[in-house]
Amino acid sequence: MQPQTAEAAAPRVDGAGDDLLRVEDLHVHFVTSRGVVRAVEGISYSVRRGEIVALVGESGCGKSVSSLAIMRLLAKPAGRVVGGRIMFEGRDLLTLDEDEMREIRGRDISIIFQEPMTSLNPVLTIGLQIMEPLTIHLGMTASEARARATELLRLVGITDPERRLDQYPHQFSGGMRQRVMIAIGLACNPKLIIADEPTTALDVTIQAQILELMKDLARRLNIALVIITHNLGIVARYADRVNVMYAARVVEQGTADDVFLRPRHPYAIGLMRSVPRLDRPRGLRLETIEGLPPNLLDPPTGCRFAARCAFRIDACAQDPALREIEPAHRSACFRAEEFSSGALAEATTERARGRPDAAVSDAAPILGVRDLAKHFTVSSRSVIFGGETRVVKAVNGVSFDIRPGETLGLVGESGCGKTTVGRLVLKLEQPTSGAIEFEGRDIAGLAGPELQRTRQRIQVIFQDPYSSLNPRMTIGQIIAEPMLVHRIVPNAKAARERAAELLEKVGLFAYMAERYPHEMSGGQRQRVGIARALAMRPSFIVCDEPVSALDVSIQGQVINLLEDLQREFGLTYLFIAHDLAVVRHISTRVAVMYLGRVMEIADRDAIYAQPLHPYTKALLDAAPVPDPLVERARAPRALGGEIPSPLRPPGGCVFHTRCPIASEECKRAVPELREAAPGHFVACIKV
Amino acid sequence: MLTYVVNRVLLMIPTLIGVAVLTFFMLRVIPGDIVEVKLRADGGSVTQAQIETERERLGLNRPLATQFADWMVGLVTFDFGLSMWTGRPVAEEIAIRLELSMQVAVMASIIAVILAIPLGTLSALFKDTIVDYAIRLFTIAGLAVPSFWLGMIIILSLLLFFNWLPPITFTPFYVDPWANFTQLIWPSLAVGWRYSAVVARMVRSSIIEVMKEDYIRTARAKGVYERLVVMRHAMRNALLPAITVIGLEFAFLIGGLVVTEQVFNLNGIGRLFVQAVGRNDFTLIQTMVMLVASVFIIVNLAVDLLYAVFDPRIRYG
Repeated sequence: MQPQTAEAAAPRVDGAGDDLLRVEDLHVHFVTSRGVVRAVEGISYSVRRGEIVALVGESGCGKSVSSLAIMRLLAKPAGRVVGGRIMFEGRDLLTLDEDEMREIRGRDISIIFQEPMTSLNPVLTIGLQIMEPLTIHLGMTASEARARATELLRLVGITDPERRLDQYPHQFSGGMRQRVMIAIGLACNPKLIIADEPTTALDVTIQAQILELMKDLARRLNIALVIITHNLGIVARYADRVNVMYAARVVEQGTADDVFLRPRHPYAIGLMRSVPRLDRPRGLRLETIEGLPPNLLDPPTGCRFAARCAFRIDACAQDPALREIEPAHRSACFRAEEFSSGALAEATTERARGRPDAAVSDAAPILGVRDLAKHFTVSSRSVIFGGETRVVKAVNGVSFDIRPGETLGLVGESGCGKTTVGRLVLKLEQPTSGAIEFEGRDIAGLAGPELQRTRQRIQVIFQDPYSSLNPRMTIGQIIAEPMLVHRIVPNAKAARERAAELLEKVGLFAYMAERYPHEMSGGQRQRVGIARALAMRPSFIVCDEPVSALDVSIQGQVINLLEDLQREFGLTYLFIAHDLAVVRHISTRVAVMYLGRVMEIADRDAIYAQPLHPYTKALLDAAPVPDPLVERARAPRALGGEIPSPLRPPGGCVFHTRCPIASEECKRAVPELREAAPGHFVACIKV
Repeated sequence: MLTYVVNRVLLMIPTLIGVAVLTFFMLRVIPGDIVEVKLRADGGSVTQAQIETERERLGLNRPLATQFADWMVGLVTFDFGLSMWTGRPVAEEIAIRLELSMQVAVMASIIAVILAIPLGTLSALFKDTIVDYAIRLFTIAGLAVPSFWLGMIIILSLLLFFNWLPPITFTPFYVDPWANFTQLIWPSLAVGWRYSAVVARMVRSSIIEVMKEDYIRTARAKGVYERLVVMRHAMRNALLPAITVIGLEFAFLIGGLVVTEQVFNLNGIGRLFVQAVGRNDFTLIQTMVMLVASVFIIVNLAVDLLYAVFDPRIRYG
């Protein structure tokens, strides 16, 4: 593949003739029981042949809705296009009849959806699902279609395609299913593929594989690609042109270089800054965009970002138009020129005032884990034939220490056992073997009142703020309940008062205690989860993916809150996450896990600056950073292969099947975790 | 798969033993016995001695443990004994009725499935339109109208409009299929309406659910004809829950059609059940309960196996 040069990505003069797709002033409404949601309000953008265009924005900004509108696949009858045109090869898709539109779907325009686990029909074979558009649009016979399907599977990198055609979706992993979706998308040689968050549900190394594949195929087959995502790193790496959306509108539009290097809208600027980045020195404190996006049921008049904008002026009460600031670079901000001229540069580049890391004492570890193992048995029992029992070693010989006031980041891809480690520390699971020493005593075998007392000291913040709060309880009750259970307050009144106090501590308001979880946003709910954890006055909190369900701008707010609380209450965190940049930002030390084992553990700066283990290197390499120049300079890379099933982990070093430097020896010996440099432990015989 | 089936069949044994124990003792707890019903019912004067003799003859005065052991041994050897009322073998009494009940159940099921799947699907696809309202009216009426009342209406209509009545006596299918059909189609229709209503409503809600799935959106995005989206992509997924309902309803029809059999003057399991209970005919009741329990268990197993046929994710073994 040819490296994308800055020249090739540079803007050409917008000529309507070049445009494959032109969305003009599109308006989409959803009729709900609570009123009309104006999901898309007057967005315009274009896509040229063979070009990669990104739509980027946070959840609910209308990016997915606008792409479904192109395909005319909005949920009926609630979703309606109420204005605008969608010109595709000179025809307005909105004026076509249903059958003409059906002929375009899958033949000229394909779409790849976010959820590979649910986007394929579970009861039909993969082969049938790939062959369907071929027989419908191209009139192929079954045997022709099958031959083409085999070819397509090979193209998307699925080995043994003949046999795989007869399998069902549940026999494929998430990454493989997404490859199948791509094969379906490519089947009829479309002119345009819309990829709606194609890798959000996938692990970072698999994400890199899929994106490289899509980019490579799009370039080779001259297919235009619209990537819809919230991940700025992906945009920087793959997009030629970028549309930044906020609250149903496009707020900035331009080449990737323009938008990333010279953003001209305060939202875009804020977005770039609120993501923790692997390519920049670690800031002391994340900058955040305070507040929440507006409710599209009743959007404010004027600029929709005004309420959260630091550069607000009186003119912002009017609607700003999306206008050209520089050639082919548009911004919907009245003060865009001031960003260009540098008048506002000082204010925007000033990093928020930070403070040094929480003091980490050399005291004895607050938590020490020794040779921890958790094996789950998966058995198929039978009355007379006896049963076959298989063992999943979810956690296998994990050891680490956490000193008071420290944050240990635990990273790894799905199925690596990081969440199980968290559950073991919380005593939600009983370890198969090993010791967990907390505040000087082994808690692995605790039970009864002793365990109850320990539980006050170790609290948890869960990943999903939507399902981890009881929908039938008010926020106040949720926070007060553990205090009453553990009798750390004398009565219900005291519990209420303390709950109100905690709500303010986590940046909410005391009156919110009366609300129910569904009345709050995701970020607010996660703050409630934090308040509930704090209610016990714990010394140690297990944070299990606490920000991964949140939007970028909200994520920064929650991370800052966790850091502030850590300093104020002297808390110690075990921070479990898959996002390497987030982990780097918050952690003092980092442990990398793979298939139940710790691969590498070291101080944060050491592990990010000099990763030793090939898996750590691959993880860091796979994560795209939000800077198009950095991304272009990097060679295309993708760690090959799939994560093996934990039911049948490879012998020897568990990573050897995917390791670029593995040798015969690695298949035999299980590498011990050893100190390669002071405080830097690695489990690899090649280091 | 075979292992799974063998396992499930073996698991039937403890379930059936439980049913047998419960039935036996529940019947013994009820006051009165067949002898009193038989001899005292018509107000005839019988001496206590006569009653005792009769009890002696039927073995009712033996200790409970003996009677129970007898019953269990009978079950294992498939010797269900004699009906206490008629004195004929229980198996024989049931067999002649089972054929008829089974046939009505099968025919009603066929009618129900033929009606319910298209109706439920149409209702779902045209949700909240006049088509949906019409079908829902039909299905709600099916649930609300008692089958025996519908049966009477059918009989009266046949008499009124065609001056014809279905045959009164049962002709087995293999003797004269047409006569058999003309007799049994009417009760099957009467029962089938309610049955189809239950299934159609299930099909409707499950199609509505499935049509919201991501893979339906994928199919549409591929440009698949809408007809094919429904027939190929939605139906197979949506029919799974309907199979469960069909199975349960079918099992219910064996022995559950008490009044409808009365209306059509059919000598089926339902009527026999009521008669047996009314007469305190212990041996007959016990065996019939075992029969109905077995039907439920077997139908459930069949449903589970059908699931595996329709859904490739389910593999037993």
